[in-house]
Amino acid sequence: MRIEGKGLIDRGQQINFQFDGHSYQGFGGDTLASALLANDIALMGRSFKYHRPRGVLSAGSEEPNALVTTGLGAAQEPNVRATTLELHEGLVTKSQNRWPSLGFDLMSLNDWAAPFLGAGFYYKTFMWPKALWEKLYEPVIRNAAGLGALSGKHNVETYEKAYAHCDLLVIGAGPAGLLAALTAARAGADVILAEEDTRTGGRLNAETLEVDGKPGAVWAEEITAELAQMDNVRIMTRTSVVGAYDQGTFGALEKVPHDVSMRLGAPRECFWRIVAKRAVLAAGAIERPVAFRNNDRPGIMTAGAVRAYLNRWRVATGRNVVVFGNTDEAHRTVADLQDAGVHVSALVDARHHAKCDLDVPFYAGAEVCDAGGGKRLESVTIRTAKGTENVQADCLAMSGGWNPTVNLTCHMGGRPTWDRDIAAFVPVDGAVPGLSTAGACQGDFSTHKCLEAGVAAAQGALDDLGLKRADVVAPAAEDGVYDIYPVYAVPGKGRAWLDFQNDVTVKDVKQAAVENFQSVEHMKRYTTQGMATDQGKNSNVAALAVLADATGRGIPETGTTTYRPPYTPVSIASLGAGAQCKGFAPERFTTSHKATQEKGAPFIEAGLWYRPSYFPKAGETHWRQSCDREVNMVRNAVGVCDVSTLGKIDVQGPDAGAFLDFVYTNAFSTLKVRRVRYGFMLREDGHVMDDGTTARLSEQHFVMTTTTAAAGQVMRHLEFVHQCLVPQMDVRFTSVTEQWAQFAVAGPQSRDLLNDLLDTPIDDESWPFMACGEVSIGGVKGRLFRISFSGEHAYEVAVPSRYGDSLFRTLMTKAEALGGGAYGMEALNVLRIEKGFITHAEIHGRVTAYDIGMGGMVSGKKDCIGKASAARPGMVEESRERMVGLKPVGEVKELIAGGHLFDKGAEAVSANDQGYITSVGFSPTLGHNIALGFLKDGPARHGEVVRMVEHLNGVETLCEVCHPVFFDAEGGRTRG
Amino acid sequence: MVELIAKTPFDGALPLEVGTVSASEVDTGVLTSVAPYKGKNKALSEALKGAHGMAAPAPNRATGKEGSRAIWFGREMVLLCGPEPDAKLGKHAALTDQSDAWAVARLEGENAAQVLARLTPIDLRPGVFKRGHTARTELQHMMASITRIGERSYQIMVFRAFAQTLAHDLKIAMQGVAARQPR
Amino acid sequence: MRITCPICGERDRREFYYQGAAVALDRPEADAEPEAWVDYVHVRDNPCGMTRDLWYHEHCGSWVVVTRNTATHEVIETALASDIKEQGA
Repeated sequence: MRIEGKGLIDRGQQINFQFDGHSYQGFGGDTLASALLANDIALMGRSFKYHRPRGVLSAGSEEPNALVTTGLGAAQEPNVRATTLELHEGLVTKSQNRWPSLGFDLMSLNDWAAPFLGAGFYYKTFMWPKALWEKLYEPVIRNAAGLGALSGKHNVETYEKAYAHCDLLVIGAGPAGLLAALTAARAGADVILAEEDTRTGGRLNAETLEVDGKPGAVWAEEITAELAQMDNVRIMTRTSVVGAYDQGTFGALEKVPHDVSMRLGAPRECFWRIVAKRAVLAAGAIERPVAFRNNDRPGIMTAGAVRAYLNRWRVATGRNVVVFGNTDEAHRTVADLQDAGVHVSALVDARHHAKCDLDVPFYAGAEVCDAGGGKRLESVTIRTAKGTENVQADCLAMSGGWNPTVNLTCHMGGRPTWDRDIAAFVPVDGAVPGLSTAGACQGDFSTHKCLEAGVAAAQGALDDLGLKRADVVAPAAEDGVYDIYPVYAVPGKGRAWLDFQNDVTVKDVKQAAVENFQSVEHMKRYTTQGMATDQGKNSNVAALAVLADATGRGIPETGTTTYRPPYTPVSIASLGAGAQCKGFAPERFTTSHKATQEKGAPFIEAGLWYRPSYFPKAGETHWRQSCDREVNMVRNAVGVCDVSTLGKIDVQGPDAGAFLDFVYTNAFSTLKVRRVRYGFMLREDGHVMDDGTTARLSEQHFVMTTTTAAAGQVMRHLEFVHQCLVPQMDVRFTSVTEQWAQFAVAGPQSRDLLNDLLDTPIDDESWPFMACGEVSIGGVKGRLFRISFSGEHAYEVAVPSRYGDSLFRTLMTKAEALGGGAYGMEALNVLRIEKGFITHAEIHGRVTAYDIGMGGMVSGKKDCIGKASAARPGMVEESRERMVGLKPVGEVKELIAGGHLFDKGAEAVSANDQGYITSVGFSPTLGHNIALGFLKDGPARHGEVVRMVEHLNGVETLCEVCHPVFFDAEGGRTRG
Repeated sequence: MVELIAKTPFDGALPLEVGTVSASEVDTGVLTSVAPYKGKNKALSEALKGAHGMAAPAPNRATGKEGSRAIWFGREMVLLCGPEPDAKLGKHAALTDQSDAWAVARLEGENAAQVLARLTPIDLRPGVFKRGHTARTELQHMMASITRIGERSYQIMVFRAFAQTLAHDLKIAMQGVAARQPR
Repeated sequence: MRITCPICGERDRREFYYQGAAVALDRPEADAEPEAWVDYVHVRDNPCGMTRDLWYHEHCGSWVVVTRNTATHEVIETALASDIKEQGA
């Protein structure tokens, strides 16, 4: 019920929203919870397991009960806490975990079966028969238990990530945080003040307490206004710092306000990675509920929440309130309610020594031991030394004291310690390097102590940062003594709830102890205490107090479970922000991309590059038709292919040749200028790392090529070898992959085509096989390499990338005029398999030079990376799986890469494995499938028939082992 | 004779303007990576000064000005932007033409730093990353060179083949920042 | 996690590539015994506490020796691998 008074809402802004299909009104500044309460809606959800009716318990992000689903269609978001959901015009929400409706939930039958559904029930009951678990038990249980559901549709909304840096990160903008930020900011530090709420002020917004002679909320607004004026301060509201990580890195989730997030391209949430030299945690504290029989009736909530709804949102949470507590705050709750004209029918104070100066029925040394009602609280039972008494109430404000929000101090392995005076865990200093604590999160429960702690924490941080302290004095404020009589669970029969969200009761925790799950971590897992989306923020401490009691230990000995990030739930979408759709990986386009697209070529990804698979011609309906044509084109006329994606590395310096000798197995210092040589490099463990050609442009200038996917790895390797092994060598590396657009021109007519566009024609004498040098094309300086990956008379011609598109189009047109054209990766692959040329399909990281038949290329005259390892006995055994060619000889003609090889008559099991196939292609030149593969002692078995078995597709093919070069073994075509 | 037609890296993907921030393609002229040989740092710096009027930049710094700049480009490397490199530099350093290797964009406007903060993990605070400062870092998933060339303007370089992705990523970030501007 | 590149300064861990133990700097002579090569290539400690490993700052191209504590994640020292190698040689 909304009552008069200012609060922090804007009554001028009326907001229409829906809950479970009904329309309601709220005001600007409302949360869904405050607006529902203002509309006298107490029932907001059903519990996870027993489907008990539940209402709001808190007024903050710790809320376990009031979870709703928001949004429509794909954007539907489950498990949104009504207590932090900002009301906005047109907001559509619905309750969860009920069927058919919130008021009438058939699943609440579970509640009647409760005696059977306690902790460990599933473990014990559904053990047998095993086969039924997946098919029957689990689906049924999952259907009955749970929270909200996703839409199941693709999320089309935008999520963002961002980075921020500061000298001081202040986490929480209550009195301690505000004053810490102000102190540091006035001293000139770069400050980020992060607050999960929509506004700064923390508890000051929920209380009637004064600071500096003004209402606390007004004081907070003034300080915030001063901070907002300062260039060195960034105030981040709606931003929950969810994790503390190494070296001052923090994760924070910003919820973008609804009106902003509706704008074009605006994100819904932004995940921040904040790097702070120092941090002050001023996260406040969370109030503990008290466990007693039926303490989960809608209308029962924490006293702090009752005051928050009253003072901030001007909502009376009931017409007839009972207050139950164990500190002076219970009295303040009564005073606030009475001031607002709300009837309080009893004040129950667990402290025997408590005195009361308010006009209210007062029960000292008493407790609430039961609650009556169904979908709404109707009465509470008060137990005193004299007996029990029933009191009518539609709201119970309860408090078991406060738990400092120590979570972030534990994210790097720290454990909090028990403070008897406040009956709560407090953080340990230095648990997170660079982070100090201030205010209620370290157990300072008076406003004045919070303010003082804020200043002190900031001053300490300023000292660490080497900045001069600013002169800030904590203003006058309430400075009461926190006098608590610990009450966690009121003894008695029936179910008393600890973890509301996961439906864990006092009995469950005791049961765990009885069954010997006495470690707090075991109890947690056995009962699921604290494992719901709220992570037991308001229940873990009471649960372990119950466990301590049940096991006869103290609370400090019992210890806490581990606090892990995130502090509040984080959507997976925000963690993956920036990686949706095109953001997943950058797209690396060659200069020929557009022209290739225009030809209708489908693309395949090679690393980040996009390369054409084939260039379909009119009438071709299957990729094989295009591929066969392109292969024939290269063998018989001329083909053009973009090879710019291969890594190109400039290697320069006086020691360039010597360095290459060290990284390659063969010698490059002996290579003549204007010549190219093929080489491969090993890893230090003796296996082949990469291969390619290297050209010598001048005495001290080489250009190395790498395979497309290994370009980055090779560059890193070169730098490693240079910096970590031979820094005395004077050599420099620069990637020139992107500088040059490079095209293979291959086929018998390749030279004719080139001579049609080179400013100075070439011939066999000036450009023999493996020659290279500078050329001019239409006045543009380019490079020409006579190298071949197809086995044909071929060249690679390179021009600066700006001319790539133009040159590719020209080459394509001229090739087509000669009966050729562009070819793609499929044809390139077939051409190289026909020639037995390797790619990373063969040099996949487990093969040696010996395995690929190139052991002879490891020079005996010099050391090189990997040489020693490659020479170890096991690396050069004849029985190793070594490269061979394979062709089908039986009825079945299919060969599949990945298929394994077996002796003809042997059973196809791993014990009989003889090798495997790495590359397969249909050779139009030979008219059948061909393959490269590795076979035990392969080179000695040419002519033998083996059996390929490919279990995935159920294919078995008899094939003949042959030399890996299927075509033009003498290489006459390449040289001719 | 064949006539080859030049294309720019962004090929129309820029300029972009969203909110207070704009991104445009920059023609930096000739780009030359200059990698000093062993012990030649000083000699190179002097040669640079003599030939092009600017010293070799220290790590994370750029020297020179619009049209003729030397940007620190990594370990033992400087990128000379603008002039055709003087041949004398070759005595002290490995020179490599990179004029076509990089897509160069200028990001400018009141919220330019906020846009960048959505793309790169480096510290962009005005007091930390000042005018004339440069960084080799990542921009989304791309290797990048970012140089602060003015109060509110940055030069961003990524591999040429990433030009379209850079334009796309900038646009997304620019929209996210623009949406938050008060209206 | 933050690592200080000796050239670029403190940077986010995502800018670095992790290689492994800094043992990789101590390559045996070409004619060393096979055992020395096996140790160099394959045998690594798995310390709880101080360790020295090699990270590559992809963006500036520096190989960096990082001394850090595997238990606390504290980074104690970083240095250029080339400096360590040249000074040690």
